[in-house]
Amino acid sequence: MTKALSTMPQDGAFRKPAHFILSADRGWKQRLQLALADLREGVHLWRLIAVLGFLDIKLRYRGSALGPFWLTISMGVQVGAMAFIYADLFHTDIHTYLPFLSLSLIAWNYLNALVTDGCGCFIQSDSVIKGMRMPFTVHAARSIVRNTIILAHNIVIIIAVFAIMGVQQSLSSLMAVPAFFLWLVDAFAFSLLFGALCARFRDVPQIISAIMQIAFFVTPVMWNTDILNGHREAIFLIRFNPFYYMFEILRAPLLGTPLPATTWISALIISGILILFSWVAFTRTRGRIAFWV
Amino acid sequence: MGRFYANARPDCILGLNTMANLTASNITIDFPLYHSDSRSLKKTILGQASARFGRDTNNRPVVQALRNISFSLNSGDRLGLIGSNGSGKTTLLRVLSGIYQPTGGVLSADGRLTALLDPGQGMNPQLTGRENIRLRGLYLGLSPSKTMDLVKDVEDFSELGNFLDLPVRNYSSGMTIRLAFAMATAFPPEILLMDEWILAGDAVFMEKARKRVEDMVRHADILVLASHSPSILVEWCNRLLWVENGQIKSDGSPLTVLEQYLPPHAFKELAKIDTNS
Repeated sequence: MTKALSTMPQDGAFRKPAHFILSADRGWKQRLQLALADLREGVHLWRLIAVLGFLDIKLRYRGSALGPFWLTISMGVQVGAMAFIYADLFHTDIHTYLPFLSLSLIAWNYLNALVTDGCGCFIQSDSVIKGMRMPFTVHAARSIVRNTIILAHNIVIIIAVFAIMGVQQSLSSLMAVPAFFLWLVDAFAFSLLFGALCARFRDVPQIISAIMQIAFFVTPVMWNTDILNGHREAIFLIRFNPFYYMFEILRAPLLGTPLPATTWISALIISGILILFSWVAFTRTRGRIAFWV
Repeated sequence: MGRFYANARPDCILGLNTMANLTASNITIDFPLYHSDSRSLKKTILGQASARFGRDTNNRPVVQALRNISFSLNSGDRLGLIGSNGSGKTTLLRVLSGIYQPTGGVLSADGRLTALLDPGQGMNPQLTGRENIRLRGLYLGLSPSKTMDLVKDVEDFSELGNFLDLPVRNYSSGMTIRLAFAMATAFPPEILLMDEWILAGDAVFMEKARKRVEDMVRHADILVLASHSPSILVEWCNRLLWVENGQIKSDGSPLTVLEQYLPPHAFKELAKIDTNS
């Protein structure tokens, strides 16, 4: 006991404030303060977020010989098998189609996982939410870390395919980096917004997963916009598909295809709207999430 | 001059502000009934507790989990919560630990607060005991060196030895409790909130746990303990709150409150034990 007291940290050792006042809802000013404090405390707990995300993957594959590389293998087989069939179906050259498909499928897999996990980020953490005071942003960030680790395992496939097929990279490929960061920010905003929405309305996760299934087919993931041959209805469908813009800013630089500035502008507008909506919703719902999960 | 200092706490003289405080003023919690068919649920429970089923301002069905709970705790206070199942004890603990934002009223807490609401809380059963301690260090936002101190302290106190290298899911419930309690009190929190499960420890450990809490409270801290065991409450607490239907039914010294709460014969038994010890 004396040992415990002697190692008792000074106040600075604890990041959690030793003093807090929690009152009933007092309107937007208080809500905004609480939401900002939540974000700030979440940033301080970055080490916890990283470890939680990492543990999610580690524990899922504990006891398995290949571990998370099963993800790499199954994704590799899927890409390989699909590339040969669809290259034939679409009458395209396997040398250009395989890099396209591997990058697209892996990126879509990542996006899909971010969306579905983001929906469940609060529901899945219900025992932690009800067990201790903890910034809600931690749960949203955790699902992003988890899925980014999975992406890192799949990137191996893209690198291998690009090397084998001799896809040239140039300086403009670096534009994929800001695109990736925009994805991360959007995923965080999406998780805060839909995590709360899905906790409150339990039908929403089902609706989202149905939408994602449709989105997979109407977004140029497996096929290129070129094969539409200027079909007006189809192009119309793509123009109003937010996934298309988010997808292009990441994919085009890596494949070396031209990327009009308007695509980036559209992606930024979509992200801005998402972030704004998400922040307002999070500010409004933050105090209620613990009751909903 | 001397008279002024006679009652003063030494740390106050030194100018260190170590006073902890936990104040609840008019705390009200309405639980929304979203994920259930409120009508049929209402019908079934209407007979027993109709007073607690109401509607909020938007006419949504709610359970009135807590109603106008007010009390103030200062350093050295050990508050016990007693009341029948579903009376609102755990909900109150969750409000006090800052998990639920109250629907009405204000909670203010001064001091580092730890809540032990369920034994597995913040623990991952697939991880070993040691890994869980390190995880707790991260939850607390401790630096790596402080986390090492935490591991050492929990090792010493929990006396789990080699079991710390086994996954927690292989632990008995008593061992889980040892680990949870040791983690929660390793760096003595200034405010400790505990639910009744702590009482599942064995006698030796219970004695150890009680000593630690006593030590904690001697160092000017606050304990809030929810329990169904009158003897534990008499032993651990110096103030008792009887919560019934989400409201405070009685507030006072443990024996006074227990005299109202317990059936007469049970209270006589308890009083007998208490005078003997």
